[in-house]
Amino acid sequence: MLPKWFDKWNKDNPTNIFGPAILVGVAGGAIFAAAMVVAWGNPAQTASLQTGPRGTGMSVPEFNVVRTLPDPTIEDYYTEEPYVPEGGEELAGDIYENVQVLGALTDDNFNRVMAAMTQWVSPEEGCAYCHGDGDLETYGEDTLYTKVVARRMIEMTQNINENWDGHVNAEKQVGVNCYTCHRGENVPSEIWFKISPVNASAEGWTANQNRATSLSQSTSLPSDALEKYLLDGETIAVHSLESRETGVPGGEDYASIQDAERTYSLMNYFANSLGVNCVFCHNSRAFYDGSQVTPQWSTASLGILMVQELNNDYLVPLAETYPEERLGPIYADAPKAACKTCHKGYQQPMQGMNVIADWPELATTETPVYE
Amino acid sequence: MMYPEYQNIFTQVQVQGTPEMGMDDAGNNMMEERVGKPFFNTLAGLFGNGQIGPYYWGWTSMVAFGTGLAWFFIVGFNMLAQVGWSIPQFIRQLFWLALEPPSPEYGLTMPPLNDGGWYIIASFFLLISVMTWLLRAYLLAEQHKMGKHIFWGFAAAVWLFLVLGLFRPILMGSWSEAVPYGIFPHLDWTTAFSIRYGNLYYNPFHCLSIVFLYGSVLLFCMHGGTILAVTRYGGDRELEQIYDRGTATERAALFWRWTMGFNATMEGIHRWAWWFAVLTPITGGIGILLTGTVVDNWFIWAQEHNFAPIYDGSYGYADYGSYEAFIGKEN
Repeated sequence: MLPKWFDKWNKDNPTNIFGPAILVGVAGGAIFAAAMVVAWGNPAQTASLQTGPRGTGMSVPEFNVVRTLPDPTIEDYYTEEPYVPEGGEELAGDIYENVQVLGALTDDNFNRVMAAMTQWVSPEEGCAYCHGDGDLETYGEDTLYTKVVARRMIEMTQNINENWDGHVNAEKQVGVNCYTCHRGENVPSEIWFKISPVNASAEGWTANQNRATSLSQSTSLPSDALEKYLLDGETIAVHSLESRETGVPGGEDYASIQDAERTYSLMNYFANSLGVNCVFCHNSRAFYDGSQVTPQWSTASLGILMVQELNNDYLVPLAETYPEERLGPIYADAPKAACKTCHKGYQQPMQGMNVIADWPELATTETPVYE
Repeated sequence: MMYPEYQNIFTQVQVQGTPEMGMDDAGNNMMEERVGKPFFNTLAGLFGNGQIGPYYWGWTSMVAFGTGLAWFFIVGFNMLAQVGWSIPQFIRQLFWLALEPPSPEYGLTMPPLNDGGWYIIASFFLLISVMTWLLRAYLLAEQHKMGKHIFWGFAAAVWLFLVLGLFRPILMGSWSEAVPYGIFPHLDWTTAFSIRYGNLYYNPFHCLSIVFLYGSVLLFCMHGGTILAVTRYGGDRELEQIYDRGTATERAALFWRWTMGFNATMEGIHRWAWWFAVLTPITGGIGILLTGTVVDNWFIWAQEHNFAPIYDGSYGYADYGSYEAFIGKEN
């Protein structure tokens, strides 16, 4: 292929070119990389949010390249200011048939809420997703499961904003509406179903852990943490609150190492759901110590109670309403919510955007207050 | 004349010839128990001795291997059963899978096979395997008319092993406290153990164990570096240097005396290293044994003994910045 004189010259002048080539390549590559870092800046720079006293190492670090990126779902958020009633308007409950929850709204506001729900939950399918393909006269019927579920979800949203104000408005007014979970999808992302036991041919603690699953966050920790703590309401705390105490592991008031692993699994889920780490809430040297936790620990604790109520009072009872394809793959159980269903990996859902100010109808179970 | 070059991480000179078979002492059959046809491996010779084999078989080795394999296969087949005998899943989930100790409700009784029973059986085999291997270290040293230092060193590690899997579970009244046999699961156990008992970093014996562990690493590096640095004066012939001190020892000793005012001796450095290594699992084992049996929350214990520092400053990010500023929405 190469000219003969070249091959001959090569043969007559044997030289080891690999040594110098590797040296030049490695050294040259290193110099190039160093020059690029100096010229363009470190691509992996981070910033930290300090969360506790100096010396404790309490901070939440984040790469700069993602830290300031807006939540992509914010762009598609739809909102509309309410029409403040002047008094004397006819109410939705009087105009339409079978309005059970939003009957006290004026016609304008009722249709405003309906239009928004369409944008938030079923932008593709439109009104028909809940009301079917029939004429307006048939909109009062409860023939589709989606409509029955939607009504219950409105009640749930009102309950969250009214009774769990300490969680959803902890730092400032943020609130929740349908979009907080749905983000334009019929079924919200980050819902969960029961999956444990996850191991065959095994019982007890062997059966519910040591598998990379969605509920174990791909760790080998137990996969039943959400089920036990956010549905069944079992005790999350595992520590001894005295330096010495009597007890046998797994017995009354004396948690086993397995309990600690399950709690760790839940805490891992918390951290991933909010895009934070342990020390956002805890001083990791004493996880249990109430005098060394941050205010966010209290907010999260309220969140645990809130999720337990949402699952047990609202979501699980809907199991019989759903069609088969909406139920869990293993136990045909109702889809359930937890931290990530709203937070989607952010400290505050949609990075703290206020989604309730425009929707007084969703902020209370009583007659909405317009201002 | 060949000038061996020792200033390298690899051994550049290796001798390959007739394999060394070892002695066959009068009145015993040791030669019969050495198995395998010896051969030389140049790659192995770069790191250690180029001769591979013969291997001393003996009854201890047979028992240790037999019971060790029993443990290995019980663990492996339990993992395989847990994934429904699917080989692809077994490979995919291998690092996640484990043979777990019994659930806590069984205490120290024999649990069902599928809830820790196999774990107890496997652990029994492992116990025999490890203890026989420990005995082997003793017997081999005796046959070579050596001191029993290696036996005691391994015994220190076996102490930690017994504390984790035997002594402490019995004192706690539950086999569930033992460590699972699995790659990630045993790491989960380690974390959960520390968290459950109020942070093991406040356990003084854990502190000691870390000191000896890091100390072992430091001493190993200092000693290895020193000897390599004086091999050009014959310093690698350490035994000869012990009873007939030469310039290698003098230079190495002067280096450290002038570096830190104090130095080991050619023999004493090995005592330091041995004690640091042996004390790592001994102190660690004491720390584990005290956890949950004597002290249930090490952080509170540390507060009671006034060595957990108190930090001034408030908790929560609100006093240091804002979420909005952090995500770049405002200054």
